[in-house]
Amino acid sequence: MALIRLDAAGVTVPGPPAERTILAPTTLELAERRIGVVGGNGSGKSTLVRLLNGLVTPTTGRVLLDDVDVARRGAAVRRRVGFCFTDPSAQLVMPTCVEDVELSLRRTVRDRATRRAAAIDVLDRFGLAHLADVSVHALSGGQRQLLALAGVLATEPDVLVTDEPTTLLDLRNTRLVAATLFDLDVQLVLVTHDLELAARCERVLVVADGAVVADGPAEASIAAYVASVEAGGPAGAGGSGR
Amino acid sequence: MSRGIAVGLYQPGTTPLHRLPPGPKVVGLAVASVTIVAVRSMPASFVFLALALGLALLTGVSLRLLVRSTRPVLIAALVVGAFQWWFYGRDKAIETLVDLVALAVLALCLTASTPVNAMLDALVRWLGPFRRVGVAPERVSLAFALAIAALPGMVELALETRDAARARGLGRHPRSYLTPFVVRVVSRAQETGDALQARGLGD
Repeated sequence: MALIRLDAAGVTVPGPPAERTILAPTTLELAERRIGVVGGNGSGKSTLVRLLNGLVTPTTGRVLLDDVDVARRGAAVRRRVGFCFTDPSAQLVMPTCVEDVELSLRRTVRDRATRRAAAIDVLDRFGLAHLADVSVHALSGGQRQLLALAGVLATEPDVLVTDEPTTLLDLRNTRLVAATLFDLDVQLVLVTHDLELAARCERVLVVADGAVVADGPAEASIAAYVASVEAGGPAGAGGSGR
Repeated sequence: MSRGIAVGLYQPGTTPLHRLPPGPKVVGLAVASVTIVAVRSMPASFVFLALALGLALLTGVSLRLLVRSTRPVLIAALVVGAFQWWFYGRDKAIETLVDLVALAVLALCLTASTPVNAMLDALVRWLGPFRRVGVAPERVSLAFALAIAALPGMVELALETRDAARARGLGRHPRSYLTPFVVRVVSRAQETGDALQARGLGD
């Protein structure tokens, strides 16, 4: 497993009217295989995970992946840390399924025939091979999310960060995507509102008002989160939703 | 299921046009385009259209795809044709309309027979010599691919925005539709930028 280290990493954005803290300086070491992140809308959890592959740069402190500074060597880190978004539509940039996966492989596989064969192999692993030449716009929500995952995992990252991957899906597709995620042989950092999904992680972080307020085994963290919500505690409100 | 247009959609096949590398196809399209625009004759326009449709048939483009892909061009061509009729008369209007449709059908033959990745490979190859003057061929080709891919996505966003405006009873006023559409397009562009960065494309 990769060791992800946040060393007093925080994010602030300038005003007006005043500088705002999206994520307070946070120190963490993440080495578990399955890590969940829960919290209310706008709590700062997306900002926290976006730090992990350099989509957001910390304004204080630093983020390290196996001692490699994400801010300084973003390209190298992004080759090891894949990222999936809530809405796969923004992530699918090519007209057909196989072409989208091929796009991910362009850097590593130069020969076109080999690249196409490799892309179809990847699609096959996700049960999408029969849709290889179908338009990405003709897919169902679940198929789109699986294709987005396939596009990211085609490059064989060590870590996969997924930001609410099941939020837009129905129950059947949620189960399909969840089963796929938890079967993967990569380190998984999963932001989710689905507490059943979070409960399957070894470690869960609870984010509220731009800070990690609970961190531990899934059962304890989720209980703390639920208790906080039921007590009318901060469900978020501090972040930007990003 | 999307209601988007099918621009840029590759149709797998083994026709002669499918087997041809992208380079000769692009050069052929350029030569045909210049010829169609340069030859000023209504009968010739119909010949060009017939040839373009024949090529589409040969490429295995389905009638459904042909109709879906050329419909937006046909609408634009009708508008342009109407102006031409007003200013220059019937023959000129018909010639312009038929020429535009023929060009759209030829472009469809190219995209239907050429995977976008094959076009990207070709672009990277062609732009290789410009590396020494600071051009990044991979980035240019990626921008090209995004431009093609963005069209159906924009249509999808436009239709969603129109439906949302109707659902809120905002009627047909352009302001109730265009402002949210532009906001959503910008938002989608930012998300796509993030997604490309997350995938390490353009690093």
